[in-house]
Amino acid sequence: MTTTTAAPSAAVTAAPSALRSFWRAYRHAPANLVGLALLVGHLALALVAPLIVPHSPTALNADQLLQPPSVAHPFGTDRFGRDVFSRVLLGGRVALAITLVSAALSVLIGGLFGAAMAYLGGVVDELAMRFVDALLAIPGLLLLLVIVTALGSGYTVIVLAMVLSYTPGVIRVARAAALEYVPRDFVTAARARGEHAFDVTIRELWPNVLDVLLVEFAMRASWMLLAVSGLSFLGFGVNPPTPDWGLMISENRALLALAPWSTVAPMIAIASLVVALNLVADGVAKAAGLDRSRGGPV
Amino acid sequence: MLTLIVQRVLLSLVTLLIVSVVIFWATEVLPGDVATAILGREASPRSLERLREELGLDRPAFERYVDWLAGALRWDFGTSLARQDQAVSELMGVRMRNTFALAGLAALIGLPLALALGVVAGLTRDRLPDLLVSTLALIGQSLPEFVVGSLLILIFAVQLAIFPAVTLVNADAPLAEIVPSMVLPVATLVIVMVAYIQRMVRSSMIDALASEYVQMATLKGVPRRRVVLRHALPNALLPTINAVALTVAWLIGGVAVVETVFNYPGIGRLLVTAVGDRDLPLVQALGLLGATIYITINLAADLLTLALNPRLRTMARP
Amino acid sequence: MSDLLLSVDKLSVGYPGPGGSVVHVLSDVSLTLERGASLGIVGESGCGKSTLALALLGFLRPGGRLLDGAVRLDGTDLFALGPAELQAVRGRRVALVPQSASQALTPSLRVGQQIAESLELHQGLAGNDAEAAAVDLLAQVRLPKPAEIARRYPHQLSGGQQQRVAIAMALAGGPELLVLDEPTTGLDVTTQSHILDLLDEIRERTRAALIYVSHDLGVIAQVSERLAVMYAGEVVEHGPTTELFARPRHPYTRGLLASAPRLSHAALPVALPGRPPAPDARPAGCAFAPRCAFADERCTAEAPALVAVDSPTLPHDARCHHWLRVAEASFALPVSLGVRVRREAPALVDVQGLEVRYGQLGLESLWRRASGAPAPPPAVQGVHLTIRRGETLALVGESGSGKSTIARAIAGLQPVTAGELRLGEHDLRRPSGRRPVELRRTVQLIFQNPDASLNPRQTVGQILERPLQIFFGLPRLERRRRVAELLDQMRLGAHYAERFPGQLSGGEKQRVAIARAFAAEPELVLCDEVVSALDVSVQAAVLELLARLKAERGVTYLFISHDLAVVRAIADRVAVLFGGRLCEVGTAPQVYGPPYHPYTKSLLAAVPDLTPNSRPATRAAETPAAGAGAKGCPFAGRCPRQIGSICAEQPPPWRDAGDGHGIACHIPLEELRDAASVALPVAASA
Repeated sequence: MTTTTAAPSAAVTAAPSALRSFWRAYRHAPANLVGLALLVGHLALALVAPLIVPHSPTALNADQLLQPPSVAHPFGTDRFGRDVFSRVLLGGRVALAITLVSAALSVLIGGLFGAAMAYLGGVVDELAMRFVDALLAIPGLLLLLVIVTALGSGYTVIVLAMVLSYTPGVIRVARAAALEYVPRDFVTAARARGEHAFDVTIRELWPNVLDVLLVEFAMRASWMLLAVSGLSFLGFGVNPPTPDWGLMISENRALLALAPWSTVAPMIAIASLVVALNLVADGVAKAAGLDRSRGGPV
Repeated sequence: MLTLIVQRVLLSLVTLLIVSVVIFWATEVLPGDVATAILGREASPRSLERLREELGLDRPAFERYVDWLAGALRWDFGTSLARQDQAVSELMGVRMRNTFALAGLAALIGLPLALALGVVAGLTRDRLPDLLVSTLALIGQSLPEFVVGSLLILIFAVQLAIFPAVTLVNADAPLAEIVPSMVLPVATLVIVMVAYIQRMVRSSMIDALASEYVQMATLKGVPRRRVVLRHALPNALLPTINAVALTVAWLIGGVAVVETVFNYPGIGRLLVTAVGDRDLPLVQALGLLGATIYITINLAADLLTLALNPRLRTMARP
Repeated sequence: MSDLLLSVDKLSVGYPGPGGSVVHVLSDVSLTLERGASLGIVGESGCGKSTLALALLGFLRPGGRLLDGAVRLDGTDLFALGPAELQAVRGRRVALVPQSASQALTPSLRVGQQIAESLELHQGLAGNDAEAAAVDLLAQVRLPKPAEIARRYPHQLSGGQQQRVAIAMALAGGPELLVLDEPTTGLDVTTQSHILDLLDEIRERTRAALIYVSHDLGVIAQVSERLAVMYAGEVVEHGPTTELFARPRHPYTRGLLASAPRLSHAALPVALPGRPPAPDARPAGCAFAPRCAFADERCTAEAPALVAVDSPTLPHDARCHHWLRVAEASFALPVSLGVRVRREAPALVDVQGLEVRYGQLGLESLWRRASGAPAPPPAVQGVHLTIRRGETLALVGESGSGKSTIARAIAGLQPVTAGELRLGEHDLRRPSGRRPVELRRTVQLIFQNPDASLNPRQTVGQILERPLQIFFGLPRLERRRRVAELLDQMRLGAHYAERFPGQLSGGEKQRVAIARAFAAEPELVLCDEVVSALDVSVQAAVLELLARLKAERGVTYLFISHDLAVVRAIADRVAVLFGGRLCEVGTAPQVYGPPYHPYTKSLLAAVPDLTPNSRPATRAAETPAAGAGAKGCPFAGRCPRQIGSICAEQPPPWRDAGDGHGIACHIPLEELRDAASVALPVAASA
């Protein structure tokens, strides 16, 4: 009898893109912006470092050992007379590259696999999760060390070890996130249409777990950076004389009392980058409405 | 309920089995020719042959695995490759005691501290106590253990000279003598551990405080303190048991780094040395030990959750 | 001590919005309540009724602020009290029965302990005394074996039991005022009617005043003597229930009453156009004006105040400039339509002896078999049905009756354990993944929950294009065109194609879900509780849409619902299910009139009618039924007309009442015919 035109409510006129509303939520907290700025700063420096280093990072100056900070050497020199400033600038490159590649691979592989397992369910899922649990049962650094023992410590090995170490965790998280959506009716509708598991995973599930995966990326990257530095510190990561923050700390810490700057500078570098990653991860999580604090540094 | 326990235990054993396979495969099958890996490429074919015979590398992998596993159950992991005169189990023995003391002490101090800080942070969300705790936690999370350790050395061992910077006593010294050397490593572990766990407790606390049942208790006229202690806290702490288990996993790895920083004679440092020496039997044994500890703690956490969570406990009943 | 217990005085509550503005949730709300009286607060989602219910305890949700006004209990403004004083009032003088007892009870404490807590705080009892008193209270709310229940944890109780516990907890303090916030949401109709009975009893015994908040007009009519209708945070009409129902003074009240489906009317309810304004986008004048048939320029310019209207019983207020006109406009319910009985139409879907059991595959079942635990009862058993082309067949039953299972089996989403299931020459027992594409297109499913049935990360356009892509292989331009067409047919503009589901209202989302189903141009549409999650006025619009689409395209509907009034409005034939078995099948007039299956009768009797203060006649016992998988009749144990042990021992025979009407019961038909009609005054013509 009466017309049933649904007049669009005044509040829903223009459709803000998902990205824009996310950005608006993100920049709400100043801490997020600080983190983002720090992160971008680090990335930029890492990229242009080779172009702007004042001194060669590997040049040894026997007559300039352990000099305090000066105009020529803003961070002083280390026990081999090398310019600390240059080494710090370059020291993040390898670690960062390894971290970003490993984190990206982890999240991509883990995300797809986890979402697929969530959808498939049943025996396939159970078996896969047993295996994932087994990998997770080997504590992170331990697994890294075991693999490094087996395969030596080249950069590819480290990336492989990282991916092997952290992907199971991502699989678990992605699977849990996807499981929230699998029982929802839009997935059932896709199944009723007779769509294949692959199509459903990519079309229906993947876009919904993307925000969780983004947080995972930032979070895992922070842990991986700590792990890579740790490996370098122990002597299994980056090979000398390539500058690396972890390595620098390991090399110079015996002289911490006499010449703190050669150790403290790389410490601050690591700390600031990891803090940045943590802040960004937190910010993304809050902006996307997620709770981040469920994981450990595994 | 009994079925649930049995299920979990069985599952853990299966997981452990798979882990042992992974470790064995990673250390013996993966490197390809182990003998070359140990002796180097320039080694003569004859010495390689002899080493292979010695290690029994000519036997099929599955046989070697079963042998190794059987030996592990008897606490016999073979001889160390780097130190030919010592059995792996011997090397591990006393160092295990040292590391357990270290980790145990760290857990004993760190867990209650983390719980308390997390609860306080959750209760005072976004106010001064929370901001303070959370900022400190953020820094604690962002510094690698070796950085924290080194800084502690700088402050307490070098500048203030209260504690020793590195451990100078032997591995097999009586525990009482080792205690002074434990202080800084324990502090390092506690700092990083608390940073992570506190965060999870805080979030759990915030969730509980925002729940409908807490709101209902308030609406019933229950005084605030009682609402927090009787209604919110028990439900907030339950999910943290899992978090604790996760952190233990980290602890097993973190111990390696911390012991190296302080030169502490535990199995963490032993592992690092073993990796450096490519001492396969030792690495295998330590790997299996670490995984077993983690799986056991995880199982305990699972069972504890089961015991404390009324929802899970009574799932068997109709 | 005056008779006036509660006085809400120009209460305004809001929260800070973007750019320093203030968003109102409640505006200028004024109510009064005498001692021992009952007041209903009715409104749809977003009208602020829950906020009002909480405010009656002096409580605001985090972020909420008191902007103006007061809530006075016996003269004391609750919002002026300090925490200690509030603790003395809450639970003792005013108590809340929450909407969702399962969420409101603390999971880590036993139920008895939680009730004892209130007793300790407000009655000064301690230890064993408190526990004994708690058990006593549980008995008072008619829970069987109260001592046992007291020792249980909340999750071990059913929804109905949890709600009774919540009521007991509220009574513990001996309050003068009980505030109930939608306490029967999510409960079965029969459980709901038992709880309403219980409330009657409690009122008589304790002489407490009652405020009942709900969106369900039928329930409100049963429970409250006076009524306040809320819209967009305001009270728009406030007066005696009978008068409001007979001659509403506010256009929204009129619209609400007209859009509620009724058991006695086999006709589509009348929908209210548009939707309520968002809290941060309220129009300048009257909030209802954009949707109002009586509105003029004065309404859009000037917000009306709450004024007294002339009425046989006072006080009675309405917030409308034109209340006089509204009162005088005749208020007739839509005339019943005749029902088309399509006995001659060919069968589209044929179901024979259908049986569905859950948990047959996977590790769970292996473990179960290994440990010797009994298999779960079948969800559906021995069901014979024919769905005729072009008809609307309704499947009716409470939760757990198996109605959704049957729909899923037809859609190929649920494996069938035994029986036949055919559509034409297609075997419907094949899972959807293995059906030919034509069959998948022909059968479409629309779901209950509009929030869950659309992918939040896809635009409406993407959602609608997918079936067009799969079933018709249309190129992109063509798809866009069709999507625009579809949106138009659903009375949504073409610009909706770029929106995300999160930006749509519940009713709009459901239209998109309907559009998605019809994009495939199906022959059979399975509607699984498609209006159950919607507000009453939105429900009417969606039902209208479904009826129109059917008329235009000649599809067949399998309409699943637990709401008998809605089914009356839309169904040609009805099948009643209980415990996975068919109880009764027939045309709508046949099923809604005698002879009845005892379960059908109890269901119909439990539906709250929109006649104020009426009470259903016979009711089923509150004891548990034998349920699914029982040896005999699944309704045995709860059936008010059980004739003996034969009901529990042997499955009931199928009795033919003529003309396609069948009833499964041990009682012979003549005795069933004796029963008086339950679906009342205005009988529909057959």
